[in-house]
Amino acid sequence: MSESGRDDGVSRRKVLECMTWVGTGVLWTVSGGVPHSLGIMGEAAAAEARGLTFLQISDSHIGFHLPPNPNALGTLEEAITKVNALTLPQKPAFMIHTGDISHLSLEAQFDDADKVISQARLDVHYVPGEHDFLDPDRKFYLDRYGRGTKGAGWYSFDANGVHFIGLVNVFNLKGGGMGDLGAEQLEWLEADLKGRSASTPIVVFAHIPLWTIYPEWGWGTDDSAQALSYLKRFGSVTVLNGHIHQIMQKVEGNVTFHTARSTAFPQPAPGTAPSPGPIKDFPADKLGTVLGIANVTFKQNEQRLAIVDSPLQG
Amino acid sequence: MSVSKSLSNTMRSALVAAGLGAATATMLAAVVLPGWAQNATQASAGAISIDNFTFTPQTLTVKAGTTVTWTNKDDIPHGIASQNNAFAISKALDTDDNYSFTFTTPGAYQYFCYVHPHMTGTIVVEPNNG
Repeated sequence: MSESGRDDGVSRRKVLECMTWVGTGVLWTVSGGVPHSLGIMGEAAAAEARGLTFLQISDSHIGFHLPPNPNALGTLEEAITKVNALTLPQKPAFMIHTGDISHLSLEAQFDDADKVISQARLDVHYVPGEHDFLDPDRKFYLDRYGRGTKGAGWYSFDANGVHFIGLVNVFNLKGGGMGDLGAEQLEWLEADLKGRSASTPIVVFAHIPLWTIYPEWGWGTDDSAQALSYLKRFGSVTVLNGHIHQIMQKVEGNVTFHTARSTAFPQPAPGTAPSPGPIKDFPADKLGTVLGIANVTFKQNEQRLAIVDSPLQG
Repeated sequence: MSVSKSLSNTMRSALVAAGLGAATATMLAAVVLPGWAQNATQASAGAISIDNFTFTPQTLTVKAGTTVTWTNKDDIPHGIASQNNAFAISKALDTDDNYSFTFTTPGAYQYFCYVHPHMTGTIVVEPNNG
């Protein structure tokens, strides 16, 4: 999607906008409604990043201090340093954070996270993770990030013709279940999408994956099928999640699902460990290879979302 | 009804029976009762460990009056919530934190981790005078 155009489907004519998601973030580019990720930074990003560019970071878990990462604030700082070091033709429009900002919902943890994240000098659109809702009234998250949102913190906004929807699936969880959106939010979502043209590119972001990755570990959202049914008629839907601290991607029809890395600690691949807890014995000198960000570009007439995630290291 | 109340009622009837000059067996019962009552009021303890995102034991059976303590041995916080609000919710339990609740009323109590709701467990509280 460079100025000169290329014949690999990214000619400028076809490109409506680009999103860039960086490194301990993903660089997303929206081209004609189909997002694809760019190589983390580098030439690819530089060439592609026109139109709308945005970043995603996730699962900063400020306050976590156990193996394999005694300093989750330090690795978040590395991620933000990486964001600031990006050489892009244009500044990313904003950043999204897909939850678990804090580890224990403590005010000091949110403070620390804000101090570091604000160094990127970008607007940040947050959705909460379950670790951000640990105080009984979910007050610390909602007071800080919930202004102008509905219910437990869901909202939508538009940027460069793309409709963004931030959902909350870590609220009112039911015993034996997984993530949950709830009837009120689903109703809101249906109304929010009503009347929108099917050609509007949609980006949905939420903490827990909106597709079932591994129910034994609760890696899914019980009522996500209902939400996805409202999105079916749209030509390009991109679902960005966190929670599982590793990259997973799936394409189903016009919907591309992608989970981002954490900036704090890695979790095991589904079923490969007794529990989804942190990989404690991960070598300290390699930690940066499993923490990171990613990039995506939307290309017109391409249903596939190409995402390149970028680690903090390597 | 609390355990101690039900116990004192039982003791009272036993003592009344003894006072009425009932059979030796009843007298014996009256003698035995205080020890029996002491055991029950000194609420025995029940322990549940949270390890690898699992409650162990998955089902814990205790006598009424038992204080059950959950201890989080994971590196990730957990929280205890009753399935139907039958007992008080815990605050978030960080590594090595614990939460205790004394179960006085017999019944089956299903609970889950409100941070990771796929984690579930049951506490069966049996009457201790039956």
